[in-house]
Amino acid sequence: MEDSIKKALNEYIGSETKAVTYEVELGAVLKFSKAIGDDNPIFTNPKLARTSRYRGIITPPTFLRSMFHDSSEEKIFFAAGVDGGSEWKYFEPIYIGDKITVIKKFIDFFTKDGSLGEMVFQVNEIRYINQFNQIVATQRTTGISYEPKK
Amino acid sequence: MLNQLCLEDIKIGMNLPILKKKATSQQLVMYAGASGDYYQIHYDQDYAKSNDLPGIIIHGALKNAFLGQLITDWIGEYGNLLELSVQYRGMDVPEDELTITGIVSNIKVDSNKSNTVYCDIWIENSSGKKSTIGKAIVNLPYQKRSK
Repeated sequence: MEDSIKKALNEYIGSETKAVTYEVELGAVLKFSKAIGDDNPIFTNPKLARTSRYRGIITPPTFLRSMFHDSSEEKIFFAAGVDGGSEWKYFEPIYIGDKITVIKKFIDFFTKDGSLGEMVFQVNEIRYINQFNQIVATQRTTGISYEPKK
Repeated sequence: MLNQLCLEDIKIGMNLPILKKKATSQQLVMYAGASGDYYQIHYDQDYAKSNDLPGIIIHGALKNAFLGQLITDWIGEYGNLLELSVQYRGMDVPEDELTITGIVSNIKVDSNKSNTVYCDIWIENSSGKKSTIGKAIVNLPYQKRSK
């Protein structure tokens, strides 16, 4: 990795994206559940979900992936990337109509040689906050960046 | 609590159910649309190959969703998912039959009788490779006493 990129990444540690807020829409949750092939009535059937302990539809565990952080000021350092993994913590259920604010914080980076050449691992923590100012979930993500040889 | 899994039903070392998934290229496009992840490596063969990949690959987050479903199906309405982590060790491709499962690795019950159940979870592809590994932490209700 070039020194200039390393320096830029180092300066970037601890920075947070601008907050962006989304409303959880029924149609979006139904479409997401269908896309992942999950037919759990709590995620898909408003009528049955109403009789559940949640009194309505809640979102499947990874639905928050559809609520992106604000990337307008994000710097792109590498041409290509793949997803390395996620660590989710869940604190509150997410209901239809909730307003979820998304903020991503850049935690750290490190490099490793692997199947795609020199791979740069970037660790971020995304927090998701509802309209009651409760953190409903956090997601620590590891993104793997590399320069394609072709 | 029809068919609700309870703490008394499980023990350390017990296998989780098996969920089978075969992601088609159509499902990847549906997932791209529903999640808003439009990265071309998931639907454009030429683009994927020009990024040194074998061809289009399944979104890691879709595999994460499969592991989420494994757990939420298993713990039922009255179980709570507390943590879910996944690490992608290898790439998976459309049309491959994936086996999604896990094992109960630990159970802790504290003095307030609240419980925490730890699971190791994974996705195995058709060549027997664990392409994705992870952990889930849940809690479960206690069986209702009849009297």
